[in-house]
Amino acid sequence: MLSIKNLQARIEEKEILKGINLDIKPGEVHAIMGPNGSGKSTLASVLAGRSDYEVTGGEVEFNGKDLLELSPEDRSREGLFLAFQYPIEIPGVSTTNFIKTAVNEVRKYKGQDPMDAVEFLKKMKEKMKLVEIDQSLLTRSLNEGFSGGEKKRNEIFQMAMLEPSLAILDETDSGLDIDALRIVAEGVNKLRDGNRSFLVITHYQRLLDYIVPDYVHVLYKGKIVKSGGKELALELEEKGYDFIKEELGESVEA
Amino acid sequence: MSEMLTTLEQTALSEYKYGWVTNIEADEAPPGLSEDIVRFISAKKNEPEWMLEWRLKAFRQWQKMEVPRWSNVSYPDVDFQAIKYYSAPKQKKVLNSLDEVDPELRATFEKLGISLDEQKRLSGVAVDAVIDSVSVATTFKTQLAEMGIIFCSMSEAIQEHPELIKKWLGSVVPVTDNFYSALNSAVFSDGSFCYIPKGVKCPMELSTYFRINAAGTGQFERTLIVAEEGSYVSYLEGCTAPQRDENQLHAAVVEIVALDNAEVKYSTVQNWYPGDKEGKGGIYNFVTKRGICSGINSKISWTQVETGSAVTWKYPSVILKGDNSVGEFYSVAVTNNHQQADTGTKMIHLGKNTKSRIVSKGISAGFSHNSYRGLVKVAPNAVNARNFSQCDSLLLGDKCGAHTFPYIEVKNNTAQVEHEATTSKIGEDQIFYCNQRGLDTETAVALIINGFAKEVMNQLPMEFAVEAQKLLAISLEGSVG
Repeated sequence: MLSIKNLQARIEEKEILKGINLDIKPGEVHAIMGPNGSGKSTLASVLAGRSDYEVTGGEVEFNGKDLLELSPEDRSREGLFLAFQYPIEIPGVSTTNFIKTAVNEVRKYKGQDPMDAVEFLKKMKEKMKLVEIDQSLLTRSLNEGFSGGEKKRNEIFQMAMLEPSLAILDETDSGLDIDALRIVAEGVNKLRDGNRSFLVITHYQRLLDYIVPDYVHVLYKGKIVKSGGKELALELEEKGYDFIKEELGESVEA
Repeated sequence: MSEMLTTLEQTALSEYKYGWVTNIEADEAPPGLSEDIVRFISAKKNEPEWMLEWRLKAFRQWQKMEVPRWSNVSYPDVDFQAIKYYSAPKQKKVLNSLDEVDPELRATFEKLGISLDEQKRLSGVAVDAVIDSVSVATTFKTQLAEMGIIFCSMSEAIQEHPELIKKWLGSVVPVTDNFYSALNSAVFSDGSFCYIPKGVKCPMELSTYFRINAAGTGQFERTLIVAEEGSYVSYLEGCTAPQRDENQLHAAVVEIVALDNAEVKYSTVQNWYPGDKEGKGGIYNFVTKRGICSGINSKISWTQVETGSAVTWKYPSVILKGDNSVGEFYSVAVTNNHQQADTGTKMIHLGKNTKSRIVSKGISAGFSHNSYRGLVKVAPNAVNARNFSQCDSLLLGDKCGAHTFPYIEVKNNTAQVEHEATTSKIGEDQIFYCNQRGLDTETAVALIINGFAKEVMNQLPMEFAVEAQKLLAISLEGSVG
């Protein structure tokens, strides 16, 4: 469903992604780990179509389409969802209103009529329960004054509402305490249905205790340098990223 | 402004030409302003002697006055001798169906969500018998008349209710108040008069929508609203469809009087032609709006959504004379391209325990300049006066400007005056976040600015608010990305 071939990208003059190759099949959960500055978040941003980054080479096929040719909004409408590391605040716009607009934009793209109010509310209630989010949060301005945990939970709630075929979680665990992390991870797990694919980007292994991946990839200096099963994450946790550097024959600083 | 409105202007110009061809020579005055012209206007309107005298007095004062230059706007001087001060309402070409209406204009109507009937009325399509808007207007008028409410054109009021006009016209905005109010007093073409008798709560929103003869009243409108003791009225001015007016200068005057325990809510959506992308053309909108809470416990509330005009110069104000009276001003002003707006309010606290609230939201895009200018004045006898002012500015892009000029004059030390101001920008982060949820950039900007302006939009009557929201989006089309 997602096929990345030799993807290269830069911001201004700085090369960040230097040839990424990755294949994700329907229903698979892939984790991307790596030290700070390895290009993890850049990969998420490039896939979502952020204009700060310039793609300098490679191809990305998403559900049979050339992803790089699509505008950011069309990528979303085609079923790509990015849970932001730092969700954005929009004062005066309620989360409910925002999600309703989003849901209906996607429906419009698919040639469907806007969802009627009753149906929308029913769906909201169902998904609120699923990701354990409180209604009071949804009537407030989008992300304004939300705690870190509330923001991340709101991202997962939006994911539940939009029902993407691929969800990219960009360091969703950052800034969360263990309870918030568990709730968010449980929300994600409930959205695993054998068809929906996930790309989980994280610096730490602990998120993967809750969201158990099928594959783990290590991103280092803009390239995937090692891939394996879920046990790779544990190995990384145990040995730190230095063992990757050693494997690559780089000198490790003391 | 977007391409669309540029096209609208072209449409306006072409209709304008058509209008002139059918006009009868005698129905318009030659350019320029003199006592003779004032007499000509008064005679054309068949006015009584006292009205002519009132106009002449205003004209003589105006001649001694100077063009005000203190506002934060710049534009070429208006040649007052080049303007035609009277022309009969223009005859528009009557179309047979909406199919004949310019498709661009129709697209705008669709975006605004204007009903088909209303579309027909606005674009000059002959209205068939079933939806005869004239009879609709008449029905309402009869219903209102039964309650003693007078709602008619200013011309009609001068003929039919001279005692009320003599008593109240110019009582809030004196003839000599300022350069443009004096000019308006001398040459006003028409406008609305609204009188709510003692104890009557007007059961519907009064708007020019229902009063067909208000259309084409031209550049010098005069509006007067009098709310007697214990009465209530909500008045809507303007129309959210693009006002395709080719006049260069608009100098309207609006006066509101609220007596004991009366409440007047005045809502405006202004969308005059703002000029093209390069800043050529467009309306100068120099308006004097003022209300007086002359009775105890009275309340006047102004709500305005300003998206049009090349230059706007407008300060709807409230004189809080009655004890415990309340004045409110809620404003959204949007400027794009080369538009300039200098707008705000004056709250003059004279009575005891008077309260005022100011919420101003300025949105600037393109090369435009948007200024809030407000005065809160507390007189020596105004014990326990309270004011709260909130002025927020939102910038789109980095070539526009937002300015805030709050003036506070307090002469009584029991007063509490609060002022808060913020300036923010629509961030690329916000846009991208919306994009990532499937919203295109235009929809995203519309959502963000409507969120920003929400507090003011909430003050508008429901059906007006929906159109105003869409109008904000249209005004800013193409200003981001």
